[in-house]
Amino acid sequence: MKTTSSLFRPSLGIPLLLLLALLAVPPVAAALGAQFYVGFLARVLIYALAASALNLVLGYAGLIGFGHALFIGLGAYCVSLSSLAGLESAWPQLLLVLVSCGCIGALTGAISLRTRGIGFIMITLAFSQMGYFVFVSLKQYGGDDGMSIIATSRLGAGIDLGSVLPLFYAAWGVLAVTLLWMHRLRHAPFGMALRGSRQNLARISALGFPARRLQLIAYVLSAILCGLAGFLLANLNAYASPGLMSWQVSGELIVMVVLGGMGSVFGPLLGALAFICLEEVMKSYTEHWMLIFGPMIILIALTGRDGLMGALHWLDVRCCQRGASGRIDATAIVANGAKQ
Amino acid sequence: MLLFAQLLNGLQYGVLLFLLAAGLTLVFGIMSFVNLAHGSLYMMGAYIAASVANATGSFLLGLLAALLGCLAIGVLLERVAVARLYDKNHLNHVLATFGMIMFFNELASMLWGKQPLFVSVPPMLDGVINLFGLPYPLYRFAVIVVGLAVAVGCYWMIHRTRLGMLIRAGANNAAMVGALGINIRFLNALLFAVGAALAGLAGAVAGPILSVQAGMGEPVLIATFVVIVIGGIGSVKGAFYSALIVGVVDTMGRAFLPMLLREMVSRQLADAAGPALASLLIYLLMAAVLALRPQGLFVARR
Repeated sequence: MKTTSSLFRPSLGIPLLLLLALLAVPPVAAALGAQFYVGFLARVLIYALAASALNLVLGYAGLIGFGHALFIGLGAYCVSLSSLAGLESAWPQLLLVLVSCGCIGALTGAISLRTRGIGFIMITLAFSQMGYFVFVSLKQYGGDDGMSIIATSRLGAGIDLGSVLPLFYAAWGVLAVTLLWMHRLRHAPFGMALRGSRQNLARISALGFPARRLQLIAYVLSAILCGLAGFLLANLNAYASPGLMSWQVSGELIVMVVLGGMGSVFGPLLGALAFICLEEVMKSYTEHWMLIFGPMIILIALTGRDGLMGALHWLDVRCCQRGASGRIDATAIVANGAKQ
Repeated sequence: MLLFAQLLNGLQYGVLLFLLAAGLTLVFGIMSFVNLAHGSLYMMGAYIAASVANATGSFLLGLLAALLGCLAIGVLLERVAVARLYDKNHLNHVLATFGMIMFFNELASMLWGKQPLFVSVPPMLDGVINLFGLPYPLYRFAVIVVGLAVAVGCYWMIHRTRLGMLIRAGANNAAMVGALGINIRFLNALLFAVGAALAGLAGAVAGPILSVQAGMGEPVLIATFVVIVIGGIGSVKGAFYSALIVGVVDTMGRAFLPMLLREMVSRQLADAAGPALASLLIYLLMAAVLALRPQGLFVARR
């Protein structure tokens, strides 16, 4: 009884249904002849992956990283540079993403974590700008204009990530695994300590956890996941440019996480979907969509508390109150929601 | 010869950064408000000054319009959004001011178009000045003088007036100042507006040197962040020294680093790495400062 009621509560059921529905998009789109939507939703999935990576740092550990675009860009350049060097297999490219994002994440993370609050925001931003300027000034690799990718990554067995269908399913798979991991992490000791460090760093340290080291590990993992998103994005666009590292991208990722619901498992997915759909809809009406979108973000900051996931949790409480046995569940869920 | 001219150029960039950093660091020091939109105020100042100067033919009028215009925008922003954000956490500040940047950039490209505006140097300041036998553009020299004058003015206001006393006290312990019957929110609104006006001034004087275009505020904002982190958050004195350091290091690096590298390594490598390394220099400086003194070089005593 308890498991069914917890599986069918809106805050879990709706995002899960959404995730499964996404799986059916390519065949449906093919039947309707609307191939555009496969590529579009692949972009949503990739940004959801990047936002989930940021969520690990921002939502779980409570560190306002404003430079995650750096790792998206690094991941993208791993593909373009290695394809330029004649390396077309995806696996060594992935290894390259892992090593480069891991090392740079560890280095920048170790320096950034020496500061708190505003310092951390500014420094992560500065590091991503560093990456941006390095790739802008590398004229032999396209400089400002970026570089197109000659040969997209091959997974082996004739699968080319350059075509949209395999890419869509690859992105879906990576995202699903990441979300599952993020769910497990909520209850694992590492995740618990991380979430504790967001609320009270001193107390977590006093309990004997190496809080700063855990935060650094989270930062590095998040960097690698973001690099993976960049790897997928580069294959989707067949293009890598310094623009991927610009601070706007970092800001958009933060907006996605907050819009969806910080610290929740499915928040980044919902946030990325809502953000990119809103952007597309507004772009179709006016060229000056940012004039509307900017104030909307300000409104979210002024009023929004738990984002879209917060709304779903509110639905949970409403649904459970109807059932006779739901009372206890409702209070449990309220407590659960408050914990986030 | 060239060294001296570049040193002055660095100084000129440094005082521009100081105009931006002073307002930003004070608002952060008192209300711990993270303002990413400070660069947008700089951009608006540049646009207002450029359009007024081009319309009336008087650069001075443009300068005045930029000061007053940005003051008005600052007051409006503070009332509409910023005042409601003080109680919220840094993440909300980042989000809200990120939204403001989007808004202002789009507004600027809608009102003034996507093409950059060009402002001519006012005829009064068009020419060269002879500094110890070295010719230097008069306008750039005037910018240095204005910046230093503002710095002296800031010093006087903060250390010699009642208002400055309140600002210093507020930076130390805002709640205590509030408990003593001072309207700390009004004080902060005032500081925000003054900071906005200074950013507008910076934009206005930068107009004839740089091209005025949408998005011009962000690179300079990020450089300002570097200044604030190096100088120590909340310290105006620190902002002044580190603005000059960052200005000089950045300018000298861009001017001489590629040449210097060419002496040491092969020409091909130097041409590739020189500009990249030069644009990284201030960030490397910041990382070094952070690694050694995370609180900043000239931290405000608390």
